[in-house]
Amino acid sequence: MPSTTPSEWAIEADGLVKAFGENRAVDGVDLRVRTGAVYGVLGPNGAGKTTTISMLATLLRPDGGSARVFGHDVVREANAVRQLIGVTGQYASVDEKVSGLENMIVFGRLLGLSHRAAKAKGLELLEAFGLAEAAKRPVRKFSGGMRRRLDLASSLIARPPLIFLDEPTTGLDPRTRGQMWDVIRALVGGGSTVLLTTQYLDEADQLADRIAVIDRGRVVAEGTADELKGLVGNASLLLRVVDAERIDDTVRAIQEVLGTTATVTPEAGRLTAPMAEPDRITDLLIAFRERGIRLAEVSVEKPTLDEVFLTITGHDAADQTESAAADDDQEEVAA
Amino acid sequence: MSAIIETEPAVFPAELRRHVGLRETLSQTLTMAYRALIRLRRTPEQWADVLIMPFIFTFMFAYLFGGAIAGGVEAYLPMLIPAIIVQGVVQASAVTGTQLREDMDTGVFDRFRSLPMARIAPLAGALLTDTIRYAVITGLTMLVGMLIGWRPGGGWGILVACLLVIITSWSVSWIWALLGVKARTAGTVQGIAMLIIMPLTFFSNAFVPTSTLPDWLRPVAEWNPVSHLITAFRELANDGVWGVDVWWTLLGAAVIVAIFAPLAVRAYMRKA
Ligand SMILES: Nc1ncnc2c1ncn2[C@@H]1O[C@H](COP(=O)(O)OP(=O)(O)O)[C@@H](O)[C@H]1O
Ligand SMILES: [Mg+2]
Repeated sequence: MPSTTPSEWAIEADGLVKAFGENRAVDGVDLRVRTGAVYGVLGPNGAGKTTTISMLATLLRPDGGSARVFGHDVVREANAVRQLIGVTGQYASVDEKVSGLENMIVFGRLLGLSHRAAKAKGLELLEAFGLAEAAKRPVRKFSGGMRRRLDLASSLIARPPLIFLDEPTTGLDPRTRGQMWDVIRALVGGGSTVLLTTQYLDEADQLADRIAVIDRGRVVAEGTADELKGLVGNASLLLRVVDAERIDDTVRAIQEVLGTTATVTPEAGRLTAPMAEPDRITDLLIAFRERGIRLAEVSVEKPTLDEVFLTITGHDAADQTESAAADDDQEEVAA
Repeated sequence: MSAIIETEPAVFPAELRRHVGLRETLSQTLTMAYRALIRLRRTPEQWADVLIMPFIFTFMFAYLFGGAIAGGVEAYLPMLIPAIIVQGVVQASAVTGTQLREDMDTGVFDRFRSLPMARIAPLAGALLTDTIRYAVITGLTMLVGMLIGWRPGGGWGILVACLLVIITSWSVSWIWALLGVKARTAGTVQGIAMLIIMPLTFFSNAFVPTSTLPDWLRPVAEWNPVSHLITAFRELANDGVWGVDVWWTLLGAAVIVAIFAPLAVRAYMRKA
């Protein structure tokens, strides 16, 4: 079967459904991932991220809907899809009992490399991921970060054009996390398309061109990080004045320059004002100087994706099972 | 650490294969067998029971029952050693199922399923390597038997008997593979397998002549497929005779593979 040249869409999913008994883990997910992009799937524990990836990566058969990877159906053309993807699972998909290099050799052989080529490729990737020294040690003795890197290295043997990363940085220390981010950016630089899931809102913000927010098996919002933030509203200005008696003057100045009404928080001297463009702060600061209002603190804050999640789903990004339990409690109270 | 990744762009395969061919399937099965072999080498504790069982069982049965059943240990050995081998190897074949279950619970099977490889390779490879285990049990038990006085006169038949028992156990291990794929835990597989294997190996001609059994039990023991395998082994190893039981055993093995291999592979793919 001749392969198409990379199509516009790396992933097209329509109404994907997967139910485990009564539990609809994925409940009608639509996704469009453009070739060459980093796409973030953001959601709390239990939202259905892993189940979605499993269906896209041909590991799970969907109960409903359909999905295509570079135009190939994940059910009917599974073997074709498998030649186009690399999967790094949430739980390291490597063999604990054997060494890092032996893992790489087995995967390389399965991908059709000769023993010699598989070993060379394995050593090269282990080197690239800073695992050369540990190559001969059993994976069981690897740290969490090393396992992740080995896992990712294993997904890159064939340099597949689409890479799935399921929570690639969960449980990693900040430094290793930063390294992982660099690798992901480098992959995209090399022309790969990346679909990553994360529970970290800043991670999606940092890496992803577009983000789907997923909650209880459904996509509840989709767009660029900025678009999602836009859903919540504008930026807000936070101020603290040195002299609490000048608060009224400050409110008046804000009204005149920004045209919005500041709210005075109970804490003396603290003000919050909604702001359309962070750029206008220059005018405001000049107005303060002209009036002799001295500031102890000033900051402009864009809403965080945490706030986005809270606004969209009506509950915060805590563990899904907990929020489900909380819902049950409310029903009991109501009944 | 990202330097190399930047210099190597993603590769879009020039041609996509719709199915995995026969040659690739064979090569992938061998790779999976190679993997199982590395794992065996890295976990020597898995060999403990395989190495100890032949000694314990041979001594226990030979000296406990030898006198009562055959009037002496040496007279009992031609009957006993084939039985111990068959029982030990059939029990070892169940380990295939439990280990497959444990193995499938580890994340690495997710990677295998995401690779463009034959779905049968992970199962077939694991089962292939397990034949080494059967060979070791067979060889060790024969050695122990010879140490205490077994003198098989079958010549080439001894080798054929060993091959027969290994092939049969390999076939039977497909049953446990199916169970391993379907069961929730490795413990379940072990439990169910022993429930089947214990009566199957004891209600047979393994340790006592069927003529001593009560009327209702004798036909059961005579029809028991394990009895055919044991008889075939005895005739081949002791006397070098290729009897009708060899054919029955081979037929049985073929039927088991024909039924259970597709079932196991299908269940494995479903599980995916
Ligand atoms: N194999 C499974 N069997 C039964 N339920 C499952 C299985 N896998 C996931 N689930 C359930 O499906 C829901 C979604 O899980 P998952 O996709 O793992 O979420 P996430 O990856 O976003 O944390 C959860 O309620 C989880 O308990
Ligand atoms: Mg998950």
